Amino acid sequence: MRTGAARLVAVGAGLVAAAMATPFVYLAIRAAAADDPVSLAMSARVGGLVWNTLRLAVAVTAGSVSIGVGCAWLLERSDLPARRWLGVAAALPLAVPSYIAALALLSAFGPGGDVVAVPGLTGFWGASVVLILSTYPYVLLVSRAAFSSSLPALDDAATTLGLHRFRRFRRAQFPQLRAAVSASALLCALYVVSDFGAVTTLRYPTLTRGIFLEYRSSFDRSAAAVMSLVLVLFTITLIVAERVARGPIAPPRHSSSGRHRVVVLGRWRTPATMAVALPALLGAGLPAAIAIGWLQGGSRQSAGRGVLAAAAATSAGLSLAAALAAVVLCLPVAILAARRSNWVVRVIESGALAGYALPGLVVALSLVFLATRSAPFAYQTLGLVVAAYVVRFMPEALASARPSLASVDTFLTDASRTLGGSRWATALRVTWPIVRGGLFAGGALVFLTAMKELPATLLLRPAGVDTLAIRVWTGASEGFYAQAAPAALLLLAVSALALLPAWRAGSNSWRRVHDG
Amino acid sequence: MAETHTPFLPSAEAGIRMRGVTKRFEPERRARDSADLDIVAMDGVDLEVPRGSVTAILGPSGCGKTTTLRVISGLEVPDEGQVWVEGDEVVGPEDWVPPEDRRVGFVFQQLALFPHLDVAGNVGFGLKRRDRKSKVPEMLALVGLSGYEKRRPHELSGGQAQRVAVARALAPQPRALLLDEPFASLDVSLRADVRNEVAEVLASAGTTTVLVTHDQDEALSMGDQVVIMLGGRVAQAGSPEEVYRNPATPEIAAFLGDANLLMGEVRNGMVRTTVGPLKVEVGTPDGPAIALVRPEDLDLEISTRGDGRVTEVEYFGHDQRISVLLDSGESVKARLHARRKFDVGTRVRVRAGGGLGPVIYPLASIDGRSEAIISGGRPGTTVRP
Repeated sequence: MRTGAARLVAVGAGLVAAAMATPFVYLAIRAAAADDPVSLAMSARVGGLVWNTLRLAVAVTAGSVSIGVGCAWLLERSDLPARRWLGVAAALPLAVPSYIAALALLSAFGPGGDVVAVPGLTGFWGASVVLILSTYPYVLLVSRAAFSSSLPALDDAATTLGLHRFRRFRRAQFPQLRAAVSASALLCALYVVSDFGAVTTLRYPTLTRGIFLEYRSSFDRSAAAVMSLVLVLFTITLIVAERVARGPIAPPRHSSSGRHRVVVLGRWRTPATMAVALPALLGAGLPAAIAIGWLQGGSRQSAGRGVLAAAAATSAGLSLAAALAAVVLCLPVAILAARRSNWVVRVIESGALAGYALPGLVVALSLVFLATRSAPFAYQTLGLVVAAYVVRFMPEALASARPSLASVDTFLTDASRTLGGSRWATALRVTWPIVRGGLFAGGALVFLTAMKELPATLLLRPAGVDTLAIRVWTGASEGFYAQAAPAALLLLAVSALALLPAWRAGSNSWRRVHDG
Repeated sequence: MAETHTPFLPSAEAGIRMRGVTKRFEPERRARDSADLDIVAMDGVDLEVPRGSVTAILGPSGCGKTTTLRVISGLEVPDEGQVWVEGDEVVGPEDWVPPEDRRVGFVFQQLALFPHLDVAGNVGFGLKRRDRKSKVPEMLALVGLSGYEKRRPHELSGGQAQRVAVARALAPQPRALLLDEPFASLDVSLRADVRNEVAEVLASAGTTTVLVTHDQDEALSMGDQVVIMLGGRVAQAGSPEEVYRNPATPEIAAFLGDANLLMGEVRNGMVRTTVGPLKVEVGTPDGPAIALVRPEDLDLEISTRGDGRVTEVEYFGHDQRISVLLDSGESVKARLHARRKFDVGTRVRVRAGGGLGPVIYPLASIDGRSEAIISGGRPGTTVRP
């Protein structure tokens, strides 16, 4: 790359990263403006919320890792019947936004529920179940990839060295999975921390829900800002803890070859099949069935088709704008990260990624503070909603674009130049065809994730503007299930679409598709 | 096919014994073609490895040699046959000892060192906790890697990783050690050195060893016994000299090094070939036959009235291989000292230069497969009984 162009890209990347991180600066400024922010942060109320969040995160992570690793092992290493279909089904709950899963669970098993009333469904246990069902597919997919890429000879080596099955798993197989399990456990914990829909529906007070209530209920927003900052610290702690727990990743010496021996389940075949199918049924089958049930139950109160169409159009328009902006803005960062690797680049990358680790609610709150302080014209506009989507979901575009940009080796462009192609012809005939797939996939992912976004939309939308997610949320929480049903089904269909490219790519690169 | 087997040893002397082992694989779903037949990897394999000796199984890829090792170790369950290790039946009609209980060490082609453990952790992997402290340094000393305890597998050179893999497999004092293409992943320049080092370690450990290779130098130099496997069957077993000097079939001869397979006619204790009459063993039946003459047993003499023309000279430094197209249409190779100078196009006279007599394969005993090798490999030569 020419030095001039390189400088331009670096400056652009720096600007994008700064823009992505700026809202959080406003959050800090706003929090510092509170009277005595430290004692508020240390107060018993905030402490209780942190404890609740931690408790839920630990329970959900433990549950998801058990189910995810267990199912992954069965799907990769045993003679489970119809493994292909079970594998697809087990990943399906990923397509269900947590607020829809929670509403469905409540509608089926809550007081006066459609199926049977289960006491104690709200609160800690209900929230745990819903969030486990929403997050175990992350662990499942990452573990499956780790199982299938681990060297079969390692297990054979442990066998010929005299280790029996259990010790073999502990000493030879699990260490190969550790990095993957640890990373996906972090995803689960972050999901719990940022979840808004499930904990609100099931009335379990976590930090995120506390922030929302605080913001809504008082005129002084500094308490919400302080609590958000506590949440940011909590998130950073989780990320650092995972880095420490993961330990150094030992690079494998050889690529995988050979075949894994298949464990014959025998009489455990049926129970094992049910164990894999059950979470998929509860996590994906139940919400879809319940939403269809709402649709039929509510046919008499005709929910205006025009209103639904308007909400769908708003959702699509906002998401499309966010997707385009995210792809354009991620380009300089992706180019820089693909070409260079030093601490400056890493800082820029983490700046651009910051929004991803944080709850949509905190991103939205930070943007509110930014707008009220420095850009009052933007407050209560759709532009701010798009900005929140971009801050939150641009990392998805970045994750897709980076590998495809990194695969444009300089020798390819060199080859084109020596074959007589001009700089522009090279860009058009070599670089663009290689890169466009990754950029398109990244944009599509941002679009589909933004469609489902709830908490930031709830906070930032101008009065009277509805999206599909908002219609599901307000409809269901006020008992107008017939109003929620078509929007919920549309969202489920859209989310299932988001899984398609991942299925096609096998179980390799799974990204976080979160909705709050 | 002429099969020669060493007679069965008394069980106390057999480190490993295998009898009639057959193993079929279902073809992978993707590779399945219309025929839809199982792939027979091992087809009635018999094997006898004397205790404390080294046996090298040599064969082209897909001949079933790796499957043989995996059956001995228990990583693969055969469809038929029996296997004994030091007289104990580990595979039989009723018995099946799982691999973790066989005490048979395995060195994998990809080495399979545990990436999450250092050298000491790898070598001590199969040892009881209390034995690790004393045994690990002992094993590392044996393979000449004392002081490398804390290194990680990715910090080792290919040769060092190789030796760690051998030390790890030998540490629990296995009853037998199996090596699957152990040197295939090494650079050619390293291979001979590492091979010698490992051979020394094996000799000092005195463990019954089976190694599998497709490299004939490796097989001939490391094995006390060499077993040739072709198409899932044992084609020949014997000492390295025996299989090289006296291959059971022309096919084996062509597989083991360069071979000149010449058409000839046996009569009165002599075989007449295009390189002149050669003396054959007493009792060789008269009639048309193929004579095996190794390139190092041929000599060339520059002569304008010679019987052939040099078509290619491959120079190796220590010696050279010269291809000659004979006037008869046959093509032969000769291996000569590098000092002698031959140019392409020079007319030469080809003579068998003393040494041992040729190996004779009467045409009547040759099957279609060998015929294909001879006529395909030597243009102008037609072999028709």
